[in-house]
Order: sequence, then structure tokens, then C-alpha cells
Amino acid sequence: MSNVLEMGRLMQGNEAVAEGALAAGVRFFAGYPITPSTEIAEIMSNKLPQVGGKFIQMEDEIASIAAIIGASLAGLKSLTATSGPGFSLMQENLGFAAMAEVPCVIVNVQRSGPSTGMPTAPAQGDVMQSRWGTHGDHPVIVLSPSSVREAYDLAVKSVNLAEEYRVPVILLLDEVVGHLREKVVLPAQEQIDVLNRQGPETPPESFIPYTSGAKGVPPMANFGDGYRHHVTGLAHDETGAPNNSPVVAEELIHRLHNKISDNLADIIIDDSRFLDDAEIIVLAYGSTARSARHAVKEARRQGLKAGLYRPLTLWPFPEQKVLEIAKKAKTIIVPEMNMGQYRLEVERVVGKHCQVKGVNRVHGELIKPGEIYDTILEVV
Amino acid sequence: MTRELDSYLRMDKFPHMWCPGCGNGIVLRSLLQAINELELDQDRTVIVGGIGCSSRAVGYLDFNTLHTTHGRALAYATGIKLARPELNVIVITGDGDATAIGGNHFIHAARRNIDLTVLLFNNNIYGMTGGQYSPLTPANSKATTAPYGTIEPSFDISELARSAGASYVGRGTTYHTGLLKGLIKSGIENKGFSLVEAVAACPTAFGRRNKMKGGADMIMWQKENAVNIKKAAQMSPEELEGKIVVGELHKQEAPEYTAMYDNLIARVMQQAGGGSVTPLKGN
Ligand SMILES: Cc1ncc(C[n+]2csc(CCOP(=O)(O)OP(=O)(O)O)c2C)c(N)n1
Ligand code: SF4
Repeated sequence: MSNVLEMGRLMQGNEAVAEGALAAGVRFFAGYPITPSTEIAEIMSNKLPQVGGKFIQMEDEIASIAAIIGASLAGLKSLTATSGPGFSLMQENLGFAAMAEVPCVIVNVQRSGPSTGMPTAPAQGDVMQSRWGTHGDHPVIVLSPSSVREAYDLAVKSVNLAEEYRVPVILLLDEVVGHLREKVVLPAQEQIDVLNRQGPETPPESFIPYTSGAKGVPPMANFGDGYRHHVTGLAHDETGAPNNSPVVAEELIHRLHNKISDNLADIIIDDSRFLDDAEIIVLAYGSTARSARHAVKEARRQGLKAGLYRPLTLWPFPEQKVLEIAKKAKTIIVPEMNMGQYRLEVERVVGKHCQVKGVNRVHGELIKPGEIYDTILEVV
Repeated sequence: MTRELDSYLRMDKFPHMWCPGCGNGIVLRSLLQAINELELDQDRTVIVGGIGCSSRAVGYLDFNTLHTTHGRALAYATGIKLARPELNVIVITGDGDATAIGGNHFIHAARRNIDLTVLLFNNNIYGMTGGQYSPLTPANSKATTAPYGTIEPSFDISELARSAGASYVGRGTTYHTGLLKGLIKSGIENKGFSLVEAVAACPTAFGRRNKMKGGADMIMWQKENAVNIKKAAQMSPEELEGKIVVGELHKQEAPEYTAMYDNLIARVMQQAGGGSVTPLKGN
């Protein structure tokens, strides 16, 4: 068995997401078919019953995310997968999960939009929506892989972060990574760190459902385990009861944000190449980072001081690292399959430290290494 | 051994938010009586609400309670029930919550015949937002968004539930509280999707605008206009015009969703060879 794994196997990005989620302990999936994410639902419908888990095809995406929140409250690690139109429908309940602190993972395999757009064409147009899609100030974690193996690893990580921090985590792929086939060697189950939500350490009589525990995260009691409590999307006090006091509301919203912002070292994952002496840095994520890597390598071959910075955690934004890079660089190039959504954030953080330049395409095709390389030449 | 109903309430969350004369408290009492007589374990019972005056009931109940988003209670409840079929799952919803924004979830939960008991507080109006018309507002009624009277026909949610696949359907009122309690009990006991519709007064947002003075008047209206299902069987459609038919409207044995799911898992695991699962490395 382990020999087969070590030889590797040809796997699709979407399949890797499903395998990673299962390895991380996901035992519930609710979803609604949509290109280019459907393979995840199909694989989960096949595999979950084999491990005693459950898959359900709901009547729409609103119901899908509602069902995974319900299953998570009852104790199961839960996942849904969708694409643009479905992701839009999920926004209200995504906010519920953030407010009520219910662990769950939402996969969005981005396709070209707005609206029905080009259903089979790749895009990275949901980067800002993944951060701000639901109404109100809310914390969220968004991870974005560039390869099939990374899709697997980040699926595991998404489930772990959701459980550890009691937040909805969005795993943001693009169509290229979702449908990409690569040979991967997956780790054996024993090598994977699986995190589970922290349960209450107090007896039910003294359990207060929304008081901070380790890392600022309240321990979570599952429905049916003897810890009767109330869960609501209304502003609530530590007991979970609705509360309209300005003081209580402000404390709550701050606590929800702090549990993320106080643990950035844990949450932010990134990767860099040739940054030490780099003057021109390409900052890229998702499938665009694959082209960026080729462009940077070519630039190095030509003796140019180019480097690559690749955030795998898109949100929270890796502010410190980007600022550090900006202080040493002349130009940061941000290629994206959108009108410049992430570039705006880079510009905000970089300020006057260096120049920022976008390479932006919204034509439903991926950005080629040559387009990024040409931009490197332009700014030298 | 039945208990004081107070012991099912979160007494520290009172006073409640409902208006004087509101029917919601009467429906809630019937629910607690049913739970009490069935001796449901509070720890193993989940009560899920949508959004609306009626759905706010869940906050006062000492169970595992979940107050969700508008119209979506049944979808949340579906996830809970699938994750832990051994729990009793009861859904509290309003007429707008269940039949307008939540109509699609309602149809599909009924179709699956998943073991959820839905207690629908039908006050014929959107109470919480101040009196706009709902799909269950009778035609020609006044509402804040129908100042000239509604021209839309209303639909019969009990009939809809039956045709969508619910295995138990009953309707009571806040006048017929004994009947209502009995229907809720049967609904909880039924292994499958159950709808119990409770006709309840909203004097503030409906009564006032529709020539009914207060809660008491509206309860008298229920008394005068309710017809038991047995008697209704002898009446012509013309005689039934404007009446509310109460009682056990539908009951049918049908396979329940989570039970079928467990069978499916057993079958798949057996095919997969004994169902050995690689243990997860936890921490
Ligand atoms: C998505 C969304 N749309 C609208 C609302 C506003 N809203 C709150 S309660 C309600 C109507 C509730 O009516 P009903 O379900 O009949 O319950 P009642 O208040 O009469 O008990 C509406 C429209 C909301 N909370 N969420
Ligand atoms: S508005 Fe109507 S439904 Fe809401 S509490 Fe008042 S009487 Fe009850």
C-alpha cells in the first residue's frame, strides 16, 4: 500500500481537495452541482459512506452551507464545494458561521464571472468576495493552492484551521488548479496532523459557551453532548443569548477578529524564491503563481534580480511579510486573473516603499509566463 | 412523571419579547406540554428556529437551541439530523419563514421524509417586520404592503406538505390547545417529516388592520371558524369556504431518510470489506 503511494499517482486538483478533506476527518458534505467544482461532490458522494460519513445533495447552495453548519454543530467536520454563482448564494450563512463560530470549510473553485460568466473558464475574480462577501465586519481565513499536492495539503490545513479557530475557512481554487492533473505522492495518514475542536473542560453546569479559551477561541460543545446552550446569528453575550448592548456587541466583534489577528504566525502560510537580493518581486497566488515561477526563473537565467513571493494564505493578508519585501524591492508585480483585486491590498500595505504593477487578464484564459516576463523586462 | 413546564424554560431570559395578546406563547405551551408528556430528554433534543417573532421562541427554551437565518431552519436541521439521527429535532418557524423565503427547503425536507417535526406558527402575516403580507395571508386582507387588500391567493401549507411527501400533517389553533398538544405529540412520535400548523393570533400586525380588536377576539374567531376534519368530510367546498380545517389531516407510513441512509452506509461498508477505517491521528 505505502509503495503505491510513494510511486505517486495521477490526480486532479479537485480530487486532491476531497482526499485531503477526508484525511483531515471530514465526515459530512452537503453541496449542489456546479462547474468547475462538481468532481468534489461526486468524489465525496462515493467515499463518505465508505468511511461511515454522509453526503447529501441539497436543493441549492444556501441549503448546502446551512446543512454543513448544522452538521458541524452536531459534531461532524463538514465541507461544501461550489463556484461563483453558488458562492454568492452562500454568503448570508457564511456570515452566520463567522458570527456563531461554527467550524466549516467552503471550497470555491473560481470560474469566470460576473454572473454565469464563462462557466468552464478560469478566473481569480472572487478574491475580494471571499474576504468581504458576507455583510458586516467579520473574520475569515482564505487559503489558495497552486498545485495538486498543495490542494491536498491546504484542504487538510483548512479543516484544521476551521476546527482550531471555530471559523469558516474558504479554500479558494481557480479552475486551472481544480482541473489540473499532476502526479502526486500523498503522505500516509499517520503523517498527517489532524486537529480537532477543543471541547469544554468544565462540567455542563458551569459551561459558558462563548468565553475565550486557548488562543482566544471558546471551547465548543456539540449538540447532544449534554451541554445545552443557545446558538444564534444575533449579537450575543458570553452565554450565547441575544444582546443589543453596544458594549457587548463591540466586545464580541473585536473578539471574533482578535482570535485571528493574534495568531497570524499560525495561520499565514507562504512561500518565497530568490528573495534575498531581489529587486523585482512577483507576488502571485493560485495558478498564476505557476506562470510567475517560470517567468522569475527565466529572468534569473538572464541575470536579472527577480524573486517570487507566493502567499498561500490570502486572508488574513500577510502584511508584515509584504512590507518587509517592499522595503528591499524596487517593484512588486502582481499578476492576477482579475482587474487587480489583490494588487489593491498590496498597494495599501506597500505605500511609498516601492512601485506596484499589475498584470491583469479577464478573458478567461490563464496568464502565460511570457506576459509576466515581459512585465519584468519593462520595469527593470 | 410529568414536570413543571417552567423547568423547560430558560427563566433568566424572561420577560419575553412578544406583544400582549400574541398567540405565540399559547403555541409554545402546547409544545412544552407535548415534550413533557413524551418525556423527551432535553440533552438529546435540538430545537431550531428561523427568523421571525415565532422563531425567537427557541431562545427561551432550555434545550440545544439554534436560531438560524430567515427561511433556512429546515436546511440547518437537516444537517443536524443527518449528523446525529438519534437526536429529536424540532423546528419552529413562521408562515413567512417557512413558506416564502424557506418554501424550497420546506418542499425538499418533506420530500425526503427526514425525521424532523415542524411546528409552524401561522399568524397569516410577517409579524416581526411589522405586518407585510405572507403567502398565507388570506386574499383581500390588509397588510402594510397591501394597503388596498391583497390580490394574491394564499396557499394551503398543509396540503403542500402532504403532496411533497410529509408523512404526518396536522393543524390546530390557539383556541383548541388540547388538540394542538396532541398533534405535536403525534408529530414528534412520527418517524418522518411532520408538519403541525398552529393557527395563532398576531393582533399587532394582522388583527388591528383586519377588523379584529385584540388577541381574545382573534381566538374567538378561531373557535367560530375551525371545523374538525371529520365534520369537514361531510361538508361541501362552498360550506368550507373561509373555514379552517383542524385535526390530523394526513398520516402515512413511509421510509424515513436517515434510517435509509444508515442502511446505505451499512451496505457500502459491507461491500468495501468490513468497513475498516484508517484511524485519524488526532491531538
Ligand atoms: C434574508 C432576510 N430577509 C428579510 C429579513 C427580514 N425579516 C425578519 S422576520 C421577517 C418575517 C417573519 O415573518 P414570519 O415568518 O411570518 O414570522 P412572524 O414574525 O410572523 O412570527 C422578515 C421578512 C431577514 N431577517 N432576512
Ligand atoms: S408582532 Fe404579532 S407575532 Fe410578533 S410578537 Fe407582536 S403579536 Fe406576536
